[in-house]
Amino acid sequence: MLLEYLAIAVLIVLATVVALIAIGLGGLFGPKKKTVNKSMPYESGMMPIGPGTRRMPVRYYLIGVLFILFDIEVVFFLPWAIVFRQLGWFGLIEMVVFVAILLVGYVYAWKKGALEWE
Amino acid sequence: MPPINFNDIEVLLPLIILVIWACLLLLVDLFIPKKHKWLTALLAAFGLALTLGFTLSQLGSESNGFCATGKPSICMVVLDGFSVLVNALLLLTGLLGVALAYGYLKRMGIERGEYYTLMLFSISGMMLMAQASDLIIVFLALELLSLPLYVLSAFARSNSDSQEAGLKYFLLGAFSSGFILYGIALVYGATGSTSLSQIFEIASVGTSSLLLTIGAALILVGLGFKVAAVPFHMWTPDVYQGAPTPVTAFMTAGAKIAGFAALLRVFGSAFPNLSEDITPILWALSAATMIVGNLLAIAQTNIKRMLAYSSIAHTGYILMAFVPYGNPEVAPVSIAAGLFYLFAYTITNFGAWGVVIALEQKESKGLQISDYAGLRRKYPVLAGAMTVFMFSLIGFPPTLGMVGKFYLFRAVLSGGYTGLAIIGVVTSLVSAFYYLRVVVNMYMFAGEPKTDNEFWLRFTIAGAALVTVVFSLVPQGLFAWASRAVLKLF
Amino acid sequence: MSPELILFLVLSLVAIAAAIGMLISPNPVYSALFLVINFSTVAVFYLILGAPFIAMAQITIYAGAIMVLFLFVIMLLGAEKLAPGKVLPYQKPLAIGLAIVLMVESVYAVLARNPSDAEIIVPTEAANSIDAMRDLGIMLFSDYLLPFEVTSILLLVAMIGAIVLTKRAKGEQE
Repeated sequence: MLLEYLAIAVLIVLATVVALIAIGLGGLFGPKKKTVNKSMPYESGMMPIGPGTRRMPVRYYLIGVLFILFDIEVVFFLPWAIVFRQLGWFGLIEMVVFVAILLVGYVYAWKKGALEWE
Repeated sequence: MPPINFNDIEVLLPLIILVIWACLLLLVDLFIPKKHKWLTALLAAFGLALTLGFTLSQLGSESNGFCATGKPSICMVVLDGFSVLVNALLLLTGLLGVALAYGYLKRMGIERGEYYTLMLFSISGMMLMAQASDLIIVFLALELLSLPLYVLSAFARSNSDSQEAGLKYFLLGAFSSGFILYGIALVYGATGSTSLSQIFEIASVGTSSLLLTIGAALILVGLGFKVAAVPFHMWTPDVYQGAPTPVTAFMTAGAKIAGFAALLRVFGSAFPNLSEDITPILWALSAATMIVGNLLAIAQTNIKRMLAYSSIAHTGYILMAFVPYGNPEVAPVSIAAGLFYLFAYTITNFGAWGVVIALEQKESKGLQISDYAGLRRKYPVLAGAMTVFMFSLIGFPPTLGMVGKFYLFRAVLSGGYTGLAIIGVVTSLVSAFYYLRVVVNMYMFAGEPKTDNEFWLRFTIAGAALVTVVFSLVPQGLFAWASRAVLKLF
Repeated sequence: MSPELILFLVLSLVAIAAAIGMLISPNPVYSALFLVINFSTVAVFYLILGAPFIAMAQITIYAGAIMVLFLFVIMLLGAEKLAPGKVLPYQKPLAIGLAIVLMVESVYAVLARNPSDAEIIVPTEAANSIDAMRDLGIMLFSDYLLPFEVTSILLLVAMIGAIVLTKRAKGEQE
């Protein structure tokens, strides 16, 4: 079974290697002259003020949670799609019920304005 | 071949109706203007009543649902006398919960339609729990009943106590779910099945396996958290005190009923063979819960906290009924007594919380026991009702609480657990001290309690008081129903 | 040694290293990223065990969605800049003790299995991922239909809960 995933493994290895090569070559051949200004984070020539990391707004939380929930929903589609022909009409009804219940949640979230970025 | 048929639907019909109703209510509520949220409450109550009707129409029928293809003995859910009785009790809890909540939410300015929807979903989880015959369903039902309760505990969002209650309940609830899930995994590892009947069969042929026992013990720990048994009760006072009072009333009754239903389903049908190991643990849990709950309640000055500890103590009494669960001669009587006690506790408890709700003012005022001073002079009926509930919680005649304790102690004694019965009687006597303190405050001291005139709240309190007294005079019918309901389980 | 065994041995070293890295790294963001590595290696373990669906769910839900939320919470609280909090004096020995108990128990769980019920515990003998997922699909949509549908109700309730707790109604004051 694992052999099916060989291509993905090769891709992961290649991507890592290419990235390492790119960074390595730059480090090897690029000139290194450190000055105070160069080691500053780039902010359009302004002197940077305050910490570099920002606290995320809490509004993002709701989006994140909704994303997880629909993500879990989507995961179930894969095995369903594979056996769809075997299941026939009942398979369709099963999935319609599943999606309909979540659709209620979607309509609710929509009407409540949970999808809006106020 | 279709994977389900009409029998499957029939087994779960009340539950399916309730879920559909809850989904529709969620959508309908979006279009109900803020001034008319009474309509949402009414619709929720109507849905519960409708489901109650369908549940009662199932009386006497027995069936299995959602069985494995080709293996009709391995099923996901079951319909029997026990599930019908427990479901009816849960729906009653829901109706009482709606009646208590409506005026309170409005008065406290936290009225939103989702309250009722979440309650309906929670009740559907509890009902699923009562019908579960597979550990996967047990777990899903547990989550379905718990998630709305976490949210409801934090429903008063501007109140930091409520937020704290929600967070605490969520963290410890998730922790206990972890225990249960891990226990289920070990049981599956030991037997290769999650179906309760299969587990029983596999466990009864092989030699006893340590893995199975550890799994069962972990499930017991998790359910112990849910029903607030000592030593897994730490979260209870804070959560019950911080949550909006109608939510607390609903939790103390509903979550307890569902938790005990799960205990009975899982241990009664899958692990009777383990009773040699489990019974002593249950004995110790029950004794510790009665002692600790009652002793800590004495020190409380806040009525919500006192009733929270009282709820822990009552968990101990109900756990008593499960101690002889592996003994087929005693178990039916003691479980029936446990069910009767659950009914008695539900009614009394809702009444008592109703009085607390009637006297609660904004910003958690009016919740000290001393705030009850002078209640008899100003509101004699309310004071009378509270007296009835306090007597019932102690177990004084003529109240349901007395009858419940009588059946319970009799069953436990006939099982040969004299020590447990003695602990039960002694702790009941101790409990009189703190329950009667409320009564003394109401009758002996002067004060100026305040309450609003809310029809449904008054109606519920009066009804609960009436039922507490009247049913204690004719308890035989109900006890006979409970006995019939559990007969087939053993 | 079969190639699968070699893969397993290499990846388990990675998984253990990532888990240790998660525990000892002082910056919570690094911890979270170490956890992503750990999740991904575990996903490959599921593949080796013949459970491609679980492997996929592990990547999309755990390494994907849930880690997004973890990172979000870390950044929301600004936890990456916090000084390490107080540690209970008995925390380390207690943690080590509990970990040993867990390890002994897992080893016992594996050894205590009767050889005769080995057939129940092997998840699938399908030749390839599509077949394995087909087996799972058939089970999920016939015998395990009810849990599947209940899951959707659970997701719905979680959605309502998240909105009720965080979303302000129009014009509501906090």
